[in-house]
Amino acid sequence: MGNKTLSTVAIGIAAALLASGPALAQQKVKIGFITTLSGPQGVVGEYMRNSVELALDHLGRKMAGLDVEVIYGDDQVKPDVGKQVADEMLKKHQVDFVAGIIWSNVMLAVAPTVTDAGKFMIGTNAGPHELAGKQCNELFFTTSWQNDDTPEAMGKVMQDQGITDVYVMAPNYAAGKDMVNGFKRSYKGRIVDEVYTRLGQTDYQAELSQLRSKNPKAVFVFYPGGMGISFLRQYSEAGLRGQFPLYSVYTVDEISIPAVKHAALGQYETRYWSPDLKNPANQKYVSDYRRKYGKMPVFYGAQSYDGILLIDSAVRAVKGNLADKKGMIAAMRKADFASTRGKFSYNTNHFPIQNFYLLKAVTGPAGEDPVMEIQKTVFTNHRDSYAKECAMK
Amino acid sequence: MNLFLVLEQALNGLQLGVMLFLMAAGLTLVFGIMNLVNLAHGSFYMVGAYLATYFYQATGSYLLGVSLGLAGTLAVGVAVELVALRTLYERPHLDQVLATFGLILFFNELAAILWGRAAIYTTLPDYLAGHVELFAGLRYPLYRLVIIAVGLAVAGLLWFVVARTRLGMLIRAGASNRAMVAALGVNVRLLYTLVFGFGAALAGLAGLMSGPIHVVQPGMGELILIEVFVVIVIGGIGSIRGALAGALIVGMADTLGRAFVRPMLATVLSRTAADTAGPALASMLIYLLMAIVLALKPQGLFPARA
Repeated sequence: MGNKTLSTVAIGIAAALLASGPALAQQKVKIGFITTLSGPQGVVGEYMRNSVELALDHLGRKMAGLDVEVIYGDDQVKPDVGKQVADEMLKKHQVDFVAGIIWSNVMLAVAPTVTDAGKFMIGTNAGPHELAGKQCNELFFTTSWQNDDTPEAMGKVMQDQGITDVYVMAPNYAAGKDMVNGFKRSYKGRIVDEVYTRLGQTDYQAELSQLRSKNPKAVFVFYPGGMGISFLRQYSEAGLRGQFPLYSVYTVDEISIPAVKHAALGQYETRYWSPDLKNPANQKYVSDYRRKYGKMPVFYGAQSYDGILLIDSAVRAVKGNLADKKGMIAAMRKADFASTRGKFSYNTNHFPIQNFYLLKAVTGPAGEDPVMEIQKTVFTNHRDSYAKECAMK
Repeated sequence: MNLFLVLEQALNGLQLGVMLFLMAAGLTLVFGIMNLVNLAHGSFYMVGAYLATYFYQATGSYLLGVSLGLAGTLAVGVAVELVALRTLYERPHLDQVLATFGLILFFNELAAILWGRAAIYTTLPDYLAGHVELFAGLRYPLYRLVIIAVGLAVAGLLWFVVARTRLGMLIRAGASNRAMVAALGVNVRLLYTLVFGFGAALAGLAGLMSGPIHVVQPGMGELILIEVFVVIVIGGIGSIRGALAGALIVGMADTLGRAFVRPMLATVLSRTAADTAGPALASMLIYLLMAIVLALKPQGLFPARA
C-alpha cells in the first residue's frame, strides 16, 4: 500500500506543477512571430527570422530583465493558415505580442484576430490601406510602411525629373494595381501604356517586344520575388537596359541581387531604408548581420529587427508589467528606440512618419555583388494617405 | 501594327513552343507508354537547371556544364524510375498522382537544402549573349535563336528515333499495345527505364536552357508544368507528333494572345474595359483552346492509338 500512496503523492505533485506552469510562464515575454518559412517565398521569412534572432542577441535575450521567448509560425502565404497559427499562439502559447507578416492579405486576416484578443499586433512588413485607415486599432503598430508610400515616392522622383511617356508594368493582382495607383498619385505625366501580366509569369519576351515597339522614355515596374529576377535578366538580355531607363519598386533588393548581379546595375528603386543609411543602429545591424549570416541584410529584416526593439521599448517603459497595456501603447507611440532607419515618429494610425530615399544599384566593392546606394531623399517625414480615415487621435 | 513586330512575336511564340515541346515529349511518352501520370516531370526541369548551373560554375565551361547537367538529369531520371516509379505502374492513377506529388515536395526540399531557397545566380557565356540583326530594325536575342535551333534539332532527332529506328518501333508499339509488346519477348522493364530516363533528360534540357533567362529556384518546374499538361491534352496523349503540334499551338497562342489581345480589344471596347478584359482573356486563351479541342476531338489533335 505504501507504494500506492507514494505514487498518488507523486501524481499530485505533478498535477500541481502542471497547474502552476502557465503562472511561471508569465515571468517571461512571449512573442509569436509569423512569417513565410516554406516554399519559394520562404527565403524572405529566413531573413526576417535571422533579424529577430540578431535583435535578441543585441538585447541579451532579455527585456526589462525578463526572459524573452519567440515562437515562430509559418503562414505558407495563406490567410487561413496565418489566422490558424495566430489562434494557436494566442490560446496555446499565451503570447503577449504577435509580430511579423509579409503579405497584406494574410495581415488582414491575422491583425483583427490578435487585436480582438486584446494582444498587440506588431506588423513588420505588410501595410494594407485598411489598417492605416478605417480599421486602424490602438493595439496595432507597424515598423514598415503603408503599401502606397513606396510607389508614391517613385512617382514623385519621375515627376520631378520631368520624365514623360512612361511605360508601366505589373503583375495582374491586387497589390500590382495598388502599386500602380500609388505611382499615379504623384506621377502626373503621360503614361504610354499600362500592362498587367499573369501573376507568377516567368517569360516576358512577348511583353518586352511590345514595350520596345512603343518606344517610351522610361519604364516603371513592380515585380516582386522570382518575377523580378526573370524580368531583370530578360530586360538586360533584350538589350533594353541601355535604351530605356528602368525604375521599380520591390523588384531589386538584397535577396534578388545575388541572383541577377550585373543585370541589376543602374536600377532605380525607392525605399525607406538602405544598408548604406548612415546611423549607428543601422551600421551595427548591417555589420553584425553580415558577420553572423554571411549575407547582406534586406529591408524585410531591418523592419523585423525594429519590431523586436519596439516591443523592448514598450516592455522597458512599463518595467516588465505586461498587464499595463495603456502604458505600453503610450510608450510605443513615442517610437523611442534606436531604429535602423534613424529617428522617426508614429502617426495617429500607428504607421511611421518617415523619410523615403531614391536608391540605385551600383557596382559593389571588388569581387562582391552590386549594392544599393542612396542617391537622394525623396520624401522627408512622409505621412501615408489614409491616416485621416482613422478614428484614433 | 507593324509587320516586324508580328514577326518578332511569332519568333517569341516559336521559342516558347519548342521549350514546351521538350517538356511535353518526355511527359507524353511516359504517359502513353507506361500509362503513368508523372506530376514530378517539372522536378527534372529543375534538376537540369540546377545541375547545369552548378557544373558550369564549377568547371568554368558552359558546354561542359550543359553536358554534365544533361547526363546528371538522365541519371536522376533513371534512379527515380528504378527506386520509386517501378512499383506504381499497376496502381490506379490517383496513387500515381499522390506518389509523384510527393516526389515534387522531395525534390523541392532537396534543392532548398543543397542550394538554399533563394534563387541562384546563372548567366550566359559571352558568346551566347547579345543580339542578331535579323532584318534592319529587328534585333533578336542570340540566345533565344539558339533555343529555337536546339529545340527544332531535338524534335528532328526524336522524329528520326521514333520513326526510323528499332527502339522507336518498340516505343510506338508500346504506346499502341503494351501487353502485346511484352508477350513478344521485349524487355519492357528496360524499355520503360530508358524512355523515362530520356524523357527526364529532355525536361532537364528545357530547364537548363531556361536557367539563364528565368529563375533557378526550388519549385521552378511547377510553374511550367500546367502549360505542358495543356500541350499534351491538345496534342493527344502519347503522341510525339501531337506534342510538337500542341506545343507550337500553345506557344503561339499564349505569346500572340499576351501581345495582341488587349490592343485588338481596345479597338472595339473602351480603353478601361480592354485593360481589364485583355490580360484576363490572354491568360485564359490556352485553356479555352484546350476546352475547344476537348469538345471537338476528345482524343486530342494527333491521338497515339488512332
